[in-house]
Amino acid sequence: MLTQEETPLRTVTSGKTLTVFIEGDIDHHTARQIRSRIDTKVYIQRPDELILDLSRVCFMDSSGLGLILGRYAKAVELGIAFKVANPTPEVRRILDLAGTERLIKIETAHQARRAW
Amino acid sequence: MAKAKPVNELKCAFPSWSSNEALARSVAASFAAQMNPTCEEVSDIKCAVSEAVTNAIVHGYRDTVGEIQLILKLYADRTFSAEVRDRGVGIRDVEEAMRPLFTTDPEHERSGMGFTIIENFTDSLRVVSSPGKGTRVIMKKKLSMLPLAK
Repeated sequence: MLTQEETPLRTVTSGKTLTVFIEGDIDHHTARQIRSRIDTKVYIQRPDELILDLSRVCFMDSSGLGLILGRYAKAVELGIAFKVANPTPEVRRILDLAGTERLIKIETAHQARRAW
Repeated sequence: MAKAKPVNELKCAFPSWSSNEALARSVAASFAAQMNPTCEEVSDIKCAVSEAVTNAIVHGYRDTVGEIQLILKLYADRTFSAEVRDRGVGIRDVEEAMRPLFTTDPEHERSGMGFTIIENFTDSLRVVSSPGKGTRVIMKKKLSMLPLAK
């Protein structure tokens, strides 16, 4: 089986807020490792707030929706506030199609310190 | 909408490894590029093809690796068509599978939105499946006319 480089994933902790910056494509292939890396970070840090910054996600399909809804469910379970920040127009269309905003706060001008 | 004979056609086959999801959608986007689609149309095609290929990998060949065929066609009236074929387990109830939020695999965080996304991002979607024999997902999308075309 072909190997693929790990999708870049950077995190910034500011106070009790953990911001995860995802870069590249979120599909079924990449979602598995992104999920386990976010969950590991959350379990170790136990932040009060988790923000997924999607400003550098160029492609996302329903597997990405599963990833976001799954992280939201996990955050609720752990009593952590959850937000999605800066989705690109392509990603925003997928989020809107699923009515994600009924459950999850989506910020478009999130002011977190950039990790790039 | 589509004429009987395509102006261009591409057929390829690849193993149902998840790493091939990105390959499949890139091939579809590259093939469609000769019709100068808009960025949004390219994005729609990538997403729709990615969903169909992921379905074949996750559901069709659930615990095995099999061959996935991708058949792409372009017609003179700017209709793009993509067919994703697998010889996997097939779908017992296609109507149920196409319902938004329906998933047979909730523990792996499948959102159940795959077919809904394809339906929204293309103009037509046809799913032909028989249990034990495999599934064919055929989608068509009419690309917009070029701004300067007469």
